[in-house]
Amino acid sequence: MMQIGMTLKSAPMTTRTPLSHLAPGQQGVIAAVDGPEGLRQRLAALGFRAGRAVVVLRRASLRGPLHVRLGTTDVALRQAEAGGVSLRAVEPQAA
Amino acid sequence: MKRVALLGMPNTGKSTLFNRLTGSHARVGNWPGVTVDLSTARVLVGAHMVELVDLPGLYDLHGFSDDELVVRHFLEAAPVDAVAVILNSSQVDRQLALALQVKALGLPTLVILNMADEARRFGIEIDTARLEKGLGAPVAPISARFGTGVPDALAKLARVLDEAGPARQASVREALAEDHRREEQIESLVRQSVVVPERLSEQASDRIDRVVLHPWLGLPLFFLAMLAVFQAVFWLGSPLQDGVEAVFDFLKSHALEPAFAAFPPLLRGFLLDGIWAGLGTVAAFVPLIVVFFFFLAAVEDSGYLSRAAFLTDALMSRLGLDGRAFVMLLMGFGCNVPAIMGTRVMRDRPMRLLSMLTIPMSLCSARLQVFVFLAAAVFAPSRAPWVLFGLYVASFAAVIVTALLFRRRFESREPFVIELPPYRMPTLRQVWLRGWGEVKHFLRRATRFIFVGVIAVWILTHFPAGAAPAGPDTWAGWIGHALQPVLGPLGIDEKLAVALIFGFVAKEIVIGAFAVIYGLEGDALAANLAQSMDWVAATSFMIFTLIYTPCLSTVATLRTESKSLSFTALAVAWPLALAWAASFAFYQGMRALGY
Ligand SMILES: Nc1nc2c(ncn2[C@@H]2O[C@H](COP(=O)(O)OP(=O)(O)OP(=O)(O)O)[C@@H](O)[C@H]2O)c(=O)[nH]1
Ligand SMILES: [Mg+2]
Repeated sequence: MMQIGMTLKSAPMTTRTPLSHLAPGQQGVIAAVDGPEGLRQRLAALGFRAGRAVVVLRRASLRGPLHVRLGTTDVALRQAEAGGVSLRAVEPQAA
Repeated sequence: MKRVALLGMPNTGKSTLFNRLTGSHARVGNWPGVTVDLSTARVLVGAHMVELVDLPGLYDLHGFSDDELVVRHFLEAAPVDAVAVILNSSQVDRQLALALQVKALGLPTLVILNMADEARRFGIEIDTARLEKGLGAPVAPISARFGTGVPDALAKLARVLDEAGPARQASVREALAEDHRREEQIESLVRQSVVVPERLSEQASDRIDRVVLHPWLGLPLFFLAMLAVFQAVFWLGSPLQDGVEAVFDFLKSHALEPAFAAFPPLLRGFLLDGIWAGLGTVAAFVPLIVVFFFFLAAVEDSGYLSRAAFLTDALMSRLGLDGRAFVMLLMGFGCNVPAIMGTRVMRDRPMRLLSMLTIPMSLCSARLQVFVFLAAAVFAPSRAPWVLFGLYVASFAAVIVTALLFRRRFESREPFVIELPPYRMPTLRQVWLRGWGEVKHFLRRATRFIFVGVIAVWILTHFPAGAAPAGPDTWAGWIGHALQPVLGPLGIDEKLAVALIFGFVAKEIVIGAFAVIYGLEGDALAANLAQSMDWVAATSFMIFTLIYTPCLSTVATLRTESKSLSFTALAVAWPLALAWAASFAFYQGMRALGY
């Protein structure tokens, strides 16, 4: 769990990190998904469910969407939507 | 007759299977949301004659975007004998949720695990027997694309139908009530019967994405690729176009002219300079359109469209739209009508309307014909491709202006979440079917619009009797004269005004109308046009043609999709105003600069 310090300098271990804060290559485990009902359902259908690992592959330029991977599903979502997905156990992915 | 519905998440291969089973030509593409309406076809399954229903994809039965509502309304209105739930094998871990929801509908169910070929490549193993037991429904692994496992799936479907009771309506509401209990069930099903490798090995898609989605190179690469595609279309299409023209010429001088020699001059003129010239001029573009659609189909089937949405979303969000709206603009390059229907994937009405307002400005293949023809007539061969590219840029500019002006009126909070499917090699069969489908579509429009349009233009330019053809004393001349106060400042003369009026019905008529107005076709027509308008007037005409109403079918689609007369009126009036303003600015500006 040492890596947490590397990514979020002052974050204590219990803090949840929004998916939108992750840099490319980092991953975490989904703790909760917030947002309007319709959005949560769509996210759940795409695999955003508590306990599942998600890795950020890249971010589009000009503050564009994130490209993330959950298991075998690749999803693009905006920062606003990614902000509603909170993660625990964030760590940089082994290269 | 039994009815079987194909249900599944978007992009799982429902339409591919539907086509394979029924021999239909439903549109297929590697983009979630290709099918937005239902289509049906008959097929023999075992001893049962079955009406198979291909539906739009849906993420879950709660869904309330317009394409998902199509499914819900269908399920609630039409009794079905059985449903086939199609899942993407490599994503069963999340897609099983839908299978369980569907099972809860209480209808006889067959679960089809499609894309077995891809799952194997990813190293995913599924224990079908265990899954069957866990789900309480038969499970059939197939590859709809390559046909493996399909006979077995049909046999299983026949068995489901053998045992099914009478057809019933689904009770969607009840099925959704016990949603929360499903979570654990999925977990245990997956644990028991699916083996996913710890870490996915690097796939070809990852390597392609690293280049194509590069933060800074991605967008320039996209525009370069587009330029390359258009160059290729013309490089391949032009010789074919010349070939068709030659055939029409040959037929005219060797078969028709001798055959009609004895006809009265007016009738002969009508047949040769009216119908034959009009149809021939338009027919010459069929090869170009076909090649164009081959490329478009290949792009649609590759999986690149979702990437285009990813790349452009940041820019589109500043226009009040999103990456999917951009993809619909790209689809609009083919034909605006399916692109407008494709906006059904958007749940939020304001964004959907804003997107529908911009799509008619996307330069469709019918307008492309007009531009290819005029650009070749008026510009040097080395310049013409750049003029075309410039018109595509102008098309985007019109979209940007429109979105910026109207985004406050259609403000929305639509979330942007889309799947990026793996790249898939477009199959020849698929690309061929699509190209061929477009030819048929073109020919159908040709018989409907062009034929009638060409005849109408001929009548307008040849009556009242005795007036010089297309002269100021014909009906067309009067109309052109009446419109001069409006069109004159754009450099559009009396003769061309009639072509523009018919272009409102369908752009395919425009060059057919040229042919009739000038009584010429092919190279002679081009030479004559070049004499009667310089490049400034021609470009002004093209800008106007680009922006004003694409065709009546588009207007009708806007009306049915928006269900609003006032929106439809706006979607017709605004482009007209913008077209006039843009042409005016260009024409007067160039003249002021001394061109
Ligand atoms: N590798 C592979 N690709 C497949 C298979 N079946 C379909 N595809 C591809 O998957 C993509 C989606 O196919 P469609 O048939 O359009 O999917 P759909 O479920 O009708 O999609 P929507 O209409 O958008 O809901 C296309 O690119 C197909 O070529 C398969 O068995 N294997
Ligand atoms: Mg489909």
